[in-house]
Amino acid sequence: MMPLLTTKGLSRSFGGLRAVDGVDFALMPGEIRAVIGPNGAGKTTFVSLVSGRIQPSSGMIVFDGADITSLPAYARVRLGVAYTFQITSVFANLTAYDNVALPVQRTLTDGRSKGAVRTGVMAALERTGLADRAHMPAGQLSYGHQRLLEVAMGLALKPRLLILDEPTQGLADSEIDNFITLVREIAKGATVLLIEHNMPVVMQLADRITVFNAGRILAEGTPDAIRENAEVQEAYLGTTP
Amino acid sequence: MTEASPTKPYALHLGVIALLFALSFVLPGYHHGLLARIMVLAVFAMGYNMLFGYVGLLSLGHAMFFSAGLYGAGLTVYHLGWNVPAAFAAGLACGALLALVIGLLALRTTGVAFMIVTMMFAQVFYLVILYFASWTGGDQGLVVQQAARVLVLGSASFDLTNPTVRYMSALALFSIVLLVTLAIVRSRYGRVLVAIRENEERTKMLGYDTFSNKLIAVVVSGTICAASGAAYALLFGYVGSSFASVQYSILPLLWVLLGGAATTLGPLIGTLFMYYVIDITSGFTSAYLLIVGIALILLVLFFPKGILGTIRQRWLGWLP
Repeated sequence: MMPLLTTKGLSRSFGGLRAVDGVDFALMPGEIRAVIGPNGAGKTTFVSLVSGRIQPSSGMIVFDGADITSLPAYARVRLGVAYTFQITSVFANLTAYDNVALPVQRTLTDGRSKGAVRTGVMAALERTGLADRAHMPAGQLSYGHQRLLEVAMGLALKPRLLILDEPTQGLADSEIDNFITLVREIAKGATVLLIEHNMPVVMQLADRITVFNAGRILAEGTPDAIRENAEVQEAYLGTTP
Repeated sequence: MTEASPTKPYALHLGVIALLFALSFVLPGYHHGLLARIMVLAVFAMGYNMLFGYVGLLSLGHAMFFSAGLYGAGLTVYHLGWNVPAAFAAGLACGALLALVIGLLALRTTGVAFMIVTMMFAQVFYLVILYFASWTGGDQGLVVQQAARVLVLGSASFDLTNPTVRYMSALALFSIVLLVTLAIVRSRYGRVLVAIRENEERTKMLGYDTFSNKLIAVVVSGTICAASGAAYALLFGYVGSSFASVQYSILPLLWVLLGGAATTLGPLIGTLFMYYVIDITSGFTSAYLLIVGIALILLVLFFPKGILGTIRQRWLGWLP
C-alpha cells in the first residue's frame, strides 16, 4: 500500500535553530498516528510544514503521490490536508453555525442551494455534539466546546488527512472520553495525525507512535513498542513508564 | 450572516428606499439638493465600507477610486463628447481597472503598510491630475456643460440638471448599490470576507485563497466608489482635483465609522449625519468645526461602534 503522506529530508531552521532536521516520515492511509516528544522537539513545526503554514528550508513533502512542497496552504487544504490549531482559533465573533459554514460551503461543489450548506453544517455540529449551540457566538462557548468546534470545522473540510494539534489540551476528563470516541469515529473516513501530550489518550488512540526529539525522529512503532523502548522511556517518559 | 429568514433586512432596506423616494416630494429645494448629494456620496461610503467594514482593510487612498470615476466620466464627456451612459461606464471601467492594479500591488502589504501604500498611490494619482492640467483643468477643475448632461433613453430624454431628475438618478444609484451590498454581505462570499477580517490565517487553513478574495473585494469596492464619482461628475457637473486629495480619502472613513462599520445602512447614516451637523452648526457660528469635533467625540464615547453598529449590538441583532 502506498503511503498517504511522505516527507523526505524535511528540514526547517529558524536562524541557527534546526527546529525540524532531516525528517523522513511516512503515514499509511486510515492510520491514527500520534506524534509525541518534549516541548520544543519540533512537533508543531513539523505539522506546520505538512499543512503549508510555513515553508521548509529543504526537503520534500508528498501527499497521495503528488509533490506538494511548494503548494500554498489553502491549496493543500483543498487536496484534503486539514489542520486544527493548537491554540483555539475559532472565529469568536461569528456563530458556531457560521464557523462551520465556512469550510462546508467551500467543499460544496454541487448546487448553490442554501439547503446543502445547512445540512452539511448541522451534520458536522451533530457529530461533535454542538448542534444545540449553533447560533451562539463561538467566543461565548466554553473552552471545551470551542475545541470541539475546531474539530467540527476540520471535519467539515472532508479531509483525507486530519492533523490535530494538541486537541485535548484544556479539556476536562469527561470531555476527553467523548473526544476519544469522536476521533475513532473520524478515523473511519480519514487518516489522523495527532500531536498529543496526554499519554493515556495517545496509548488508547494511536495505531503507531512517532517520537520526536530535537527536530529528529527518535523512535517509531506501536504503542507497546514505544512503551517498552528504553531510549524513549529514559528520555521522555521518565524511568517509570 | 446566518442563513435565517431574509424578510426583515430586505423590508428595512426597501423601506429606507421608499422613505427617500417620498422625501423627494416634501423636502424644500435646499434640502432636496443636499440629500441628492448625500446619496451620491453615501455610495462612496458604501464602497469604502465594503473593504473597511467587511474585510477589515483600512485604505487611506479611496479618493483615487472616487476620482477615477469622476474623471473617467467627466473627461470623456468634456473632451470626447460621449453621452451620459457611455461616460458613466467609462468612469466605472477606470475605477475597476485602477482598483485591480492597486489591489495587486497594495495587497502584498497588511495593516499600517497597507494604509501607507494606498495613501501613497492616491497622492500619485492626485499629482498626476495636477500634472496633466491641460486636460484635467488642474486645481481649477472642469465644469461639465448643462447641454452634455442629458440622459437619452430611447425617445425620452432626462435633463440631469433638473433637481427632480437629479434626485431620482441619485436615488436609483443609491438603491442599486445598497441592495447589491446587502446581497453581497449576506452571501457566502460575504461570509468569507468577514472570516478574513476576523482571522485571515485561519481562513487560509479552511482552504480559501485569501489574496484572491481580498483582490475581488478591492475591485468591488473601487468600482462602487468610481460609480459614486462618475455620478457626481454627471449630476453635479463639476470635476475637480480636490476630490482626489487626501481629505476625500479620510471622509469616507469618517462617514463609515460614524454610521457604523460593517453595517449596510451605516454609510448613509454617517454621511447624512456629518453633512447635517456641518450644515446646522455653520449656520450659527464660523467656528463650526469646533462643534463638529465635540459632536464626534460624544459620538465615539457613546456610540463606539458607530450609530448603527451600536444599535445593532444593543438592540437589533438582526441588522445586516
